[in-house]
Amino acid sequence: MAGDGVIGDNQVDTSRRGFLTAATATTGAIGVAFALVPFISSWMPSERARAFGAPTELDISKLDPGQMVIVFWRKQPIFVVRRTPAMLASLAGHDDRLKDPTSDNSNQPPYAKNVQRSRNPEYLVLIGVCTHLGCMPKARFEAGFPELGADWPGGFFCPCHGSRFDLSGRVFDGSPASLNLVVPPYAYPNAHTLVIGVNDANQKGVA
Amino acid sequence: MRMIKRALLLACVLASGTAAAAAEEGAGAGADWLTWRAADDVTNTASVQRGARNFMSYCLGCHALKYERYSRLGTDLDLTPEELQKYLIAPGDKPGDYILTTMPASDAATWFGKTPPDLSLMARARGADYLYQFLKTFYVDSSKPTGANNLRLDATAMPAVLSELEGLKRAVFKEQQETGSDGKAMTVRVFDHFEQVAPGRLSAAQYDEFVHDTVNFLDYVSEPTQAARRALGIWVVLFLLVFTWLSWLLKQQYWKDVH
Amino acid sequence: MREVQWGWLIRYLHSTGASVFFIVVYLHMFRSMLYGSYKAPRELLWLIGMLVYFALMAEAFFGYVLPWGNMSFWGAQVIVNLFGTIPVIGPDLVLWIRGDYGIADATLGRFFALHVAAVPLAILLLVALHLVALHQTGSNNPDGIEIKERVGADGHPLDGIPFHPYYTVKDIVGIGVMLVMLAIVVFFVPTFGGLFLEAPNFEPANPLSTPEHIAPVWYFTPYYAMLRAVPDQRLGALLMFLAVALFVVLPWLDRSPVKSMRYRGMLSRGALALFAVCFIALGYLGLQPAEGIYVILARIFACGYFAFFLLMPWYSRIDKVKPVPERVVFHAHD
Repeated sequence: MAGDGVIGDNQVDTSRRGFLTAATATTGAIGVAFALVPFISSWMPSERARAFGAPTELDISKLDPGQMVIVFWRKQPIFVVRRTPAMLASLAGHDDRLKDPTSDNSNQPPYAKNVQRSRNPEYLVLIGVCTHLGCMPKARFEAGFPELGADWPGGFFCPCHGSRFDLSGRVFDGSPASLNLVVPPYAYPNAHTLVIGVNDANQKGVA
Repeated sequence: MRMIKRALLLACVLASGTAAAAAEEGAGAGADWLTWRAADDVTNTASVQRGARNFMSYCLGCHALKYERYSRLGTDLDLTPEELQKYLIAPGDKPGDYILTTMPASDAATWFGKTPPDLSLMARARGADYLYQFLKTFYVDSSKPTGANNLRLDATAMPAVLSELEGLKRAVFKEQQETGSDGKAMTVRVFDHFEQVAPGRLSAAQYDEFVHDTVNFLDYVSEPTQAARRALGIWVVLFLLVFTWLSWLLKQQYWKDVH
Repeated sequence: MREVQWGWLIRYLHSTGASVFFIVVYLHMFRSMLYGSYKAPRELLWLIGMLVYFALMAEAFFGYVLPWGNMSFWGAQVIVNLFGTIPVIGPDLVLWIRGDYGIADATLGRFFALHVAAVPLAILLLVALHLVALHQTGSNNPDGIEIKERVGADGHPLDGIPFHPYYTVKDIVGIGVMLVMLAIVVFFVPTFGGLFLEAPNFEPANPLSTPEHIAPVWYFTPYYAMLRAVPDQRLGALLMFLAVALFVVLPWLDRSPVKSMRYRGMLSRGALALFAVCFIALGYLGLQPAEGIYVILARIFACGYFAFFLLMPWYSRIDKVKPVPERVVFHAHD
């Protein structure tokens, strides 16, 4: 330093200076980290989005055997299929061609971890979002559908990247998707009503 | 203390049951109404809960809380979903719904001359003390279409819906000489005191608690996060003080060089 | 506020932050006046700073309308109508600003666009220019000495110290103090007794009901008090615009040979002190109802406000000044 300037040459306690710099910087970093929490979480779904995400009800008595309806729950299409005995029978006999036949790795409530992947075998309830990259699979319920081969037992086909699922949403070998279609929580408060979004028919809140 | 005294005084008036007794109290019964305070405390969850029930029973018929959801009420008032459903949620409403009145706005405007205001933010717009004074100063006034008037809000369109609980009060005015802004003396009519005309279902002390709870609830609704805000604030300020102290030490350390 | 997680905190930080911004800006301006930082060679710096101040006023006004409370609505009504006092084009100008025959959705939409995009961009640009202009001349100091005129052997000004670490560590302390004050307001008194958030604004905008007592947010009230002090619509508006505009010509009104108040005489010091009193008093009066004694006081203080500027060429010249030292006189604060 120039001797004439205002910056002196007096002895500097570098260890104290270093300690204080580190302490201030650390405290500041902690402060910034905490201050980020509100800003980051403000992007989570708002109360309005949550209210719209409340359970959806569906009257299933109007569904014909073999028919599928799509309802919305939390901005996602929910497939509800009333399966015929023939469709249920088609679930057997192709376990060796499935990636996860017993749904060990897939997502479903405990009551849907079975071959039919449903609470009541007649009704299949699935989130209609391909587990690969999120497209909506198409219903291809007829066995041996022309483009899907003679051994096609009926199921769902995703047009985006060609993933194939059987009639309980289990994924076939050779599909880019690795997991079975997701089963949402649902319940039957009475014989003709299906509630999507809750595990327990008496529960009113969001699952 | 003042509150207890006032409650005792009102109870006394009620017990004597005659207008004469009230008149003997002189300016006591209600003359100081402008100094009444809501003494609201939103951390008193029991009081806010009672206030919520009062609101659902007596206010929701006309007034909505269009910015508050039932589910929010459940979380903030420590209610289980079952309790919320049983005590607070209006029939047919879902927990995620806003607390809305079933009265159609157009009908309300026809019946009352104006639509009853939404009360979500009323405690912030007018203050809790205002609401407390408003709910405590209804009096019988046959010249008004609703048969009632209010000291806090003269010629209010709101009928004295709580008179069932409070009973009926008559306001006694006195003439007073005052010097107007033009320097001339004039006679003005000023409020002197209340006289209980008919008893209600609640005693004066009970009614006072009822109003306290209800105003407390409205204060909570006007800013549901206020209790959490203050609780968090203490830690934020303490943390920032530590940070500032450290940075000040650092600054002193560096500025030793400059002379 | 209620629907978004932590929305209350973000809203309060925003509303309190607006007031804190103005506190900092007013302190910054006052310091410039105290140390003569607007004087040559820093006129351009001061001019750009004034533009930042005007842009900030626009930003604050547009932002205040956005919550669409009753005070927002009537504040917009009053301020927009101020432009109606401009001769000839006034009425059409007001119509153009509103985009409707009253303050309406169209007005709200364009104010939103101005608040979130146009004005912030202008402020950013102006702040950048402000810094460029500062770099050209270097910072002033409480002594009002041009330190670049005395350069040491190494080419650095003898009285200069590097911004880092000296000013960075000093500014961290300042930021810490501001944050503590900000946090106290945000967490304990977010409305700040009606100064930062006004009670009537908790009622929704209602074109049929003017709030009983209408006043702008505190940082505009000095000018607002002057507007109301004049019993003539056009003259009042003119006076208010003039009050703001006089800051711009400050570098040319000041004829004093020295910059800092340290070396000026009692005339300049007294004038600045009186000005500060007038500004704060007007700020208080602008919050009070426009009646009786308040209007009279506002007139007195408005005279003081204008006297500070208009008499400056005279008193700054005849004022006795002390000799300015050649080198910066540093007083450590301890």
